[in-house]
Amino acid sequence: MLSLGSGGAKSTKPSFVSYVTPEEIKSEKDPPKKEKLPDLLPGEVEFCSANPILKYTQDDLSQRGVFGTLFCTNFRVTFISDETPQEKKAKTFKNKLYGENDIPLVCVDHIYGVYDEKRKLITGGLVKNKYPSKMIIHCKDLRVFQFCLRFTKEEDAKKIFQGIAHHCLEEKSLKCVFAFSYMGTPSPGTDLSFCREMQRKQETIMFDSPEDWTQEMKRTKANCRLVIENKNFELSQRLPKYFVIPLAIGDLFSYQGKGLPIWCWSHYSGCALFKASFPPVTQEDGDFQKHLETMINAVAHNYLYSVKTEDLSESLPNIQDIQQSYNKFKQFFLIENSTDFWLSDVKWFSSLESSGWLDIIRQCLQKAVEVVECLEKDNTNVLITEEEGTDLCYVISSLAQIMLDPYYRTLMGFQSLVQKEWVAGCHAFLDRCNHLHQKDKECHSPVFLLFLECVWQLVQQHSPAFQFSETYLTVLSDSVHVPIFSTFLFNSAHHRESVMKAESPLAQSGPLSCPTVWDWSVQFDSKAQNFFYNPLYSEKVKHEKAVRKPHKPKHQRQLSLPSTAFKTPLKKGFFKDETDSLKKMLRVKRLSRWMGSPDSPAATTREFYESWQHRPVDYHGLLLPCLDGPAVRVWMQRYLRWIPEMYILGGGSVAMTTKLMELLSQVQDLKRVLEQRDTSQAAKIDHHPYLQHRLLSFGSSGRLSSSFPFAYTRNRSFKPIIPTGLMQSLMVTDSLASQEDEASSVASFV
Amino acid sequence: LSRRCCSRAAGCCRGQTAKSAQCRWNAGSPKDVTYICPFIGPVRGSLTVTNYRLFFRCTDREPVFGLDLPLGALSRVEKIGAATSRGDVSYGLVCKDMRNLRFVHKEPEDSLKKSVFEVLIKFAFPVSNNMSLFAFEYKQVFPENGWKVYDPLAEYKRQGLPNESWRISKVNDHYELCDSYPAALFVPVTITDEELRRVFSFRAKGRIPVLSWIHPESQAAVVRASQPMVGQNGRRCKEDEKLLQAIMDANAQSHKLFIFDARPSVNAAANKMKGGGYESEDAYQNAELVFLDIHNIHVMRESLRKLKEVVYPNIEESHWLSNLESTHWLEHIKLILAGALRIADKVESGKTSVVVHCSDGWDRTPQLTSLALIMLDSHYRTIRGFQILLEKEWLSFGHRFQQRVGHGDRNHTDADRSPIFLQFIDCVWQMTRQFPAAFEFNEYFLITILDHLYSCLFGTFLCNSEQQRLKEEVPKRTVSLWSFVNSQLEEFVNPLYVHYPSHVLFPTVGIRHLQLWVTYYIRWNPRMRPQEPVHQRYKELLAKRAELQKRVEELQREAANRTASSSSERAGSPTRSITPVQTFV
Repeated sequence: MLSLGSGGAKSTKPSFVSYVTPEEIKSEKDPPKKEKLPDLLPGEVEFCSANPILKYTQDDLSQRGVFGTLFCTNFRVTFISDETPQEKKAKTFKNKLYGENDIPLVCVDHIYGVYDEKRKLITGGLVKNKYPSKMIIHCKDLRVFQFCLRFTKEEDAKKIFQGIAHHCLEEKSLKCVFAFSYMGTPSPGTDLSFCREMQRKQETIMFDSPEDWTQEMKRTKANCRLVIENKNFELSQRLPKYFVIPLAIGDLFSYQGKGLPIWCWSHYSGCALFKASFPPVTQEDGDFQKHLETMINAVAHNYLYSVKTEDLSESLPNIQDIQQSYNKFKQFFLIENSTDFWLSDVKWFSSLESSGWLDIIRQCLQKAVEVVECLEKDNTNVLITEEEGTDLCYVISSLAQIMLDPYYRTLMGFQSLVQKEWVAGCHAFLDRCNHLHQKDKECHSPVFLLFLECVWQLVQQHSPAFQFSETYLTVLSDSVHVPIFSTFLFNSAHHRESVMKAESPLAQSGPLSCPTVWDWSVQFDSKAQNFFYNPLYSEKVKHEKAVRKPHKPKHQRQLSLPSTAFKTPLKKGFFKDETDSLKKMLRVKRLSRWMGSPDSPAATTREFYESWQHRPVDYHGLLLPCLDGPAVRVWMQRYLRWIPEMYILGGGSVAMTTKLMELLSQVQDLKRVLEQRDTSQAAKIDHHPYLQHRLLSFGSSGRLSSSFPFAYTRNRSFKPIIPTGLMQSLMVTDSLASQEDEASSVASFV
Repeated sequence: LSRRCCSRAAGCCRGQTAKSAQCRWNAGSPKDVTYICPFIGPVRGSLTVTNYRLFFRCTDREPVFGLDLPLGALSRVEKIGAATSRGDVSYGLVCKDMRNLRFVHKEPEDSLKKSVFEVLIKFAFPVSNNMSLFAFEYKQVFPENGWKVYDPLAEYKRQGLPNESWRISKVNDHYELCDSYPAALFVPVTITDEELRRVFSFRAKGRIPVLSWIHPESQAAVVRASQPMVGQNGRRCKEDEKLLQAIMDANAQSHKLFIFDARPSVNAAANKMKGGGYESEDAYQNAELVFLDIHNIHVMRESLRKLKEVVYPNIEESHWLSNLESTHWLEHIKLILAGALRIADKVESGKTSVVVHCSDGWDRTPQLTSLALIMLDSHYRTIRGFQILLEKEWLSFGHRFQQRVGHGDRNHTDADRSPIFLQFIDCVWQMTRQFPAAFEFNEYFLITILDHLYSCLFGTFLCNSEQQRLKEEVPKRTVSLWSFVNSQLEEFVNPLYVHYPSHVLFPTVGIRHLQLWVTYYIRWNPRMRPQEPVHQRYKELLAKRAELQKRVEELQREAANRTASSSSERAGSPTRSITPVQTFV
């Protein structure tokens, strides 16, 4: 490690002075220079490289760094240090695809170049002639890399800069995404962990076959119709391959693939949640209205002729708002140096507020609670609509399902939900995540991340109700930017299928198969995957599970109409249906307007929340988030994990988890002993598999940092982080500040 | 949380209150008083006021609504508006624990009956009415005597004192030289009592530099004091200079001494006008002066007032964050923690002795020293250790609790009131958040301390100094809060506690990691309450562990039996029907 003098962020002089000339370095490092090459993944190709490049160490005030080689491949930008890695600590949580110095190309968010002390955002035009002395890369997973190009030969520096800029920023075709070159070993032998993996994977329902849907309808006792007519995308290329609609829908083809109410989930009472895109706009206004009415009617038919509709395009921010807000928000975490950090710390709360990101999260959760209230309390059908019907509809419908159905709070259930709503449901991942660096900014938006953020809020408020941990959510949010998984690469089911068929790399090997993200063994070994599980998850007790297996008691519809209040409308409703369809229509319309009515849905959901709050805790029942100001928080793990100033050594949630693990393992050991004794005594083998807690081993280190398992504190001497610039931070201008401490402080003159 | 605790505490004292003056106001029907709840609207019920607490109950609601608060928590009782035509009187109670209450009732016809208002005024502010605080009436007996928790000599002995460099001085044995300091003072051996006497007159209020804590290995010391009386003319005191030099010399590891002045430098300089000031680097060679920029008690009081406005009763959702920022409360917390962190860093990493002072050395100084001590010494992170820390740094060194809290005093505008101690407890809470396994106590312990800071049920936080407490015979005539706490420790234990004896904690002070203590400041808002109180979950986990340990013992016993009589056959296993262990937390 070389010290290159100090360079404060504000200094006007060159930001660093080298006491070692590049030549010296070269002569020092010459012999082993070309030996270090990245371990290429199967199918990965190196584009260009440069040496020596100085990578600044982030966790330091001084401008120090490590020399090494920078590579650009078709998968990533990678930096390989010249230093021999000091006794490589066996990382417990190592990603097999990319390490701490690797940036997958699609993970690059922005590149900045420093030209004569001025930081400029690199866009196409700047690439041509000059190359910067320093290159700063902001990643979508919020890492920040700073590379110094000064020590490199001019042509090398130019080449690597242009190479990286080209491959990371230029618009490209889907074919160039690494997934299509990646030749990952589909069957990495038959080791045990892999078999377990396969089992796990099979548990995630992919919703790519009619059986999956039938199963899901059976599970929720849905009384709807499975559509298989779109199997070859004859109805619409925007629609899922298979989907479920209300029974009352007649001619599918008249819908032209738009404005079809699609079933999401059925409540045990029989009412259900549907989502729809807008009906096609035709010349005649009446047509649109008529279509809307048929749509609402069809949904109302599902149960009790009641329906509430909610147009999410009206009541929630649109995808551009979401994008803008997130762009502001993430800036607070892309910290380049300590000075910036402490400066931004001062105005932290108001900057957070001005980004509006937390407010968008709150609005989404609020809307989801409103939907839940309709289903759970009023037992009405709900139809949520949106222009495209594949963005906020999914956020709201998925959230509502998580709140209502404990199955979706298990890891497999959650993955199945993402498959069902997002992947099979045709969320335009490719456009929204902007994997191809398209110039058209209209369609980029972190909608899926917004959903994960909302889930995180639920997880942090009701952690025992979730089988998965926040680490799982963080890893999932990162995986969106790993261009290997078919899950996040396409805009629709049709898109996926057509590309996969066409893009088979070798004609003889059949259609291309990318792994899905749920095959976690591609990224992590089974030990690391234990971090995905929440040790505090309160699992259902055994005997209940046994009952639940064949059919969930919650979904026994016959038993679930206890309240007399609902019996009358039931009969009346059916009766009215036979006789007076006009009146029914009016009623539906009235109801549908209720949801957006000015008599404040917020107030009624408040009441709904409060009455729920008074009930005894049931982690396997309904779950509602608290939405008051202080309850909606920043996802610390995701956003603060790379900021050294934020590391708490020996603290953070890891400290708690470690201790909990210890307690739980004690419990388990004891139970094992008990069971062994039982069997040996009575020669009777207990067949119930007892509660399995996946135990994490954190290694011997008793003092992990709060950023564990993501960033590791390397060789950091155990020193506190003392804030700088406290002086500016608090300017109390009123007269109180200058007042004497003691009101009666005359005594101090004595 | 507090409601439970209050009712328990009040339950203990019921026998006593019956004997002493108890005023009950019931105005015929129990439905005559309306409590105007900001969260659920008006509630009708009966109101009872005793000489210790106020008790409101409404039984025809589901769930039963109750309100129970010690009168000590009241800072202000006032009538709202004139009596209406219907003869209703309405009055508001402003509480020290972040809430306001409002009651409405009919003016009693019977003029002989005292109005609730008068009774409240009388018993909420006994000091203003020349009555004694309820703590002096309370005679509950607990199995443990909390007044014995802190023995200064035993505590210094734990630190290895006296040793070859530090001695105990009896110079303030009868509080003649400094009435706000404790009797036992530790000073460098090289300083004579005669020299000390001269230092007393040079430091504000006679609060001379004395030892607070010493590092067990490096011998670096944390020393506390008040400001030197330098004045505009730059007065010097050669004994004071010698004392500081001696403090530095007592630590062989470093040839430097750090003086942390808690104030912003502007304020420190302004104090020169009033005779105070700070150590000049000319006079104190080898000493480096650092200002920690922590504001005074008035700024803190104002900040808390703003905070209360923002959180009670309603939280404005759309501007929550900027409102929170505008109170500056967390910024103050950050500055205090940052100051303590710098002190702890100098002592631990720099192996340097430090002197900490502010103006009088009884507000910001105990905040800083006690936080630094918590970071440095794991003993202070245990329940008993924390009690000792409070007894030592806050009570014996004369934090003016009576003035800062205003026990039983109706003068709510008193400029001497300030939430300094609350702020310190908040800082501790922030640390327990960052190091969830490093503290033996839980959040409920901290909240209990704060509730009884105001309740006046226990004698612990009464008076302004050790000398006053002895004069008032507080230890003899009242019960210590620690008697109550230590008699039911299981309530206050953090089940996740791991005792790492040598770990120093360096918290992160960035505001991104600081949180508003919602479960304290916003606990009256029912919506912010978790469905299941946190400490309830902890208790369950503890119970689980106890159950587990019992089973282990059972097993071992049985195993022992088996080896003893291996051939004998037992009929049934007592543990056969054990249900699988669940995690509830």
